[in-house]
Amino acid sequence: MLYAVICYNSEAVVGAWSKEKDEAVMQHHQGVMAKFAAKGKLGPVARLMPTTTATTVRSGREMMVLDGPFAETKEQMLGFYLFDCETLEEVITAARELVHEPGCVEIRPVMYYHPGVPGLAGEAASGQ
Amino acid sequence: MTDLGWIDAAMTSARPQAVAALLRYFRNLETAEEAFQEACLRALQKWPVNGPPRDPAAWLILVGRNFALDEARRRSKQQALPDEEILSDTDDAETAMADRLDSEDYRDDVLRLLFVCCHPDLPANQQIALALRIVSGLSVQEIARAFLVGESAMEQRITRAKRRVSQADVPFETPGAVERAERLSTVAAMIYLLFNEGYSASGGELHIREPLCEEAIRLARLLLRLFRGDPEIMGLNALLLLQHARAPARLDANQNIVLMEDQDRRLWRREMIAEAFALLDKAVRLQQPGPYQIQAAIAAVHARAPRAEDTNWHEIDRLYALLETVQPSPVVTLNRAVAVMKCDGPAKALEMIEPLASALSGYFHFHGLRGGLLMQLNRNDEARVSFDKAISLANTAAEAAHIRTHLDKLMEEGKKRKH
Repeated sequence: MLYAVICYNSEAVVGAWSKEKDEAVMQHHQGVMAKFAAKGKLGPVARLMPTTTATTVRSGREMMVLDGPFAETKEQMLGFYLFDCETLEEVITAARELVHEPGCVEIRPVMYYHPGVPGLAGEAASGQ
Repeated sequence: MTDLGWIDAAMTSARPQAVAALLRYFRNLETAEEAFQEACLRALQKWPVNGPPRDPAAWLILVGRNFALDEARRRSKQQALPDEEILSDTDDAETAMADRLDSEDYRDDVLRLLFVCCHPDLPANQQIALALRIVSGLSVQEIARAFLVGESAMEQRITRAKRRVSQADVPFETPGAVERAERLSTVAAMIYLLFNEGYSASGGELHIREPLCEEAIRLARLLLRLFRGDPEIMGLNALLLLQHARAPARLDANQNIVLMEDQDRRLWRREMIAEAFALLDKAVRLQQPGPYQIQAAIAAVHARAPRAEDTNWHEIDRLYALLETVQPSPVVTLNRAVAVMKCDGPAKALEMIEPLASALSGYFHFHGLRGGLLMQLNRNDEARVSFDKAISLANTAAEAAHIRTHLDKLMEEGKKRKH
């Protein structure tokens, strides 16, 4: 089974970390990544940029593009995509295609990316 | 986690919101600060035992408010304080408070707190000192060190600024759209000043003071979290990030200035640049250009060039021309002249800056650039005069040393010619 593990913390608190503290935290994460990569169990890892860089695309009667992160508590995170795009416009176009049902996607640029190990063996429920 | 660093981080990040809310309750800066201090003392006793509260800001506001109310009651009736348990028992109230904090008022609270520090009667350095003390929570000692003045002088400066501010009449009603926009732009200007004080120190041994830059970025991010859709605040954030991204390359091992064209671009902080690009992308979509966005766009042109010689100077010239129409100033024209020099040569650039001579006679960079242009035109004697003038106006040792390298070059060329 493939599992997604999602990290949460207060952005204000993380933003108040000193550079040294931030580096120490990243170093810890890199240690964990190296360990699980060596075991062949690590998929892609991403650290997202702050929510100030976020854009939200919401579809209802009309498609809306909003500045800011996803902020509703009525809806739950169902999945995520990674796109490699040149511009925000390009990724918004992609996002518009995803929300053809009423719903919402949040676009967040990625600050740090580790591709993980190739050919993960885990079987997702409908995995190929 | 065994260390208690999280408490410090939680209190620092909750501070602007908590002090701002307490200011709204008590309408007095002194009381709000005292209440916050007291709440922090209680947090230091409670949190290590009970663990972090769900919402640290809500906890601190509630405990601070209870303390200040009791204090006021005690003063008026000389009653005994309620015991510690009642004062810090916030379990139920905290949830209600946290809900309210999500609402719009808290945004206006924090803006008001920042705005209070920007009173127009206060000189810029007092505004910055006050914001660092009240909003960022830096100690007087830390601020004094950052400004290179004695602690007691800084203490006095802050006390005076607080007195001035407390006499000012800042309305506590929710501001209207126009007033909010005015406050926002005043606060943005203060944050920009704070950053510049760190980016290019106005005095002292150190040319760059990173902690001031970092604090400015933290406040800019806070402002953007409150006003997520404002393109100028996006621009301000992008600008500060782009400028600060170059910090590791701006001085060499001997603390000498390295000009942008000579900087080792591998040292630039790529993460900050990427974040700035993301913010600029968002801002551009809104199609409301302003001075911060344009300046950020200029910095972005530099950041995009893999090598100095790849810089798109025509784009920079175009952006400065735009900035000249949005925010005309001799300093903007001076900066544009650098782009003109790269595109059309030193003679054109010199022609552009000569009319600025009286407006910028006391400005280090004017004489530095003028000297450089004259040197390129082989008018070495005039160049030397300009460089001498620049040195006499240099703000830091690094600035003076940088100009001296030009003078040395002129000296050597002079010698060569004689031989």
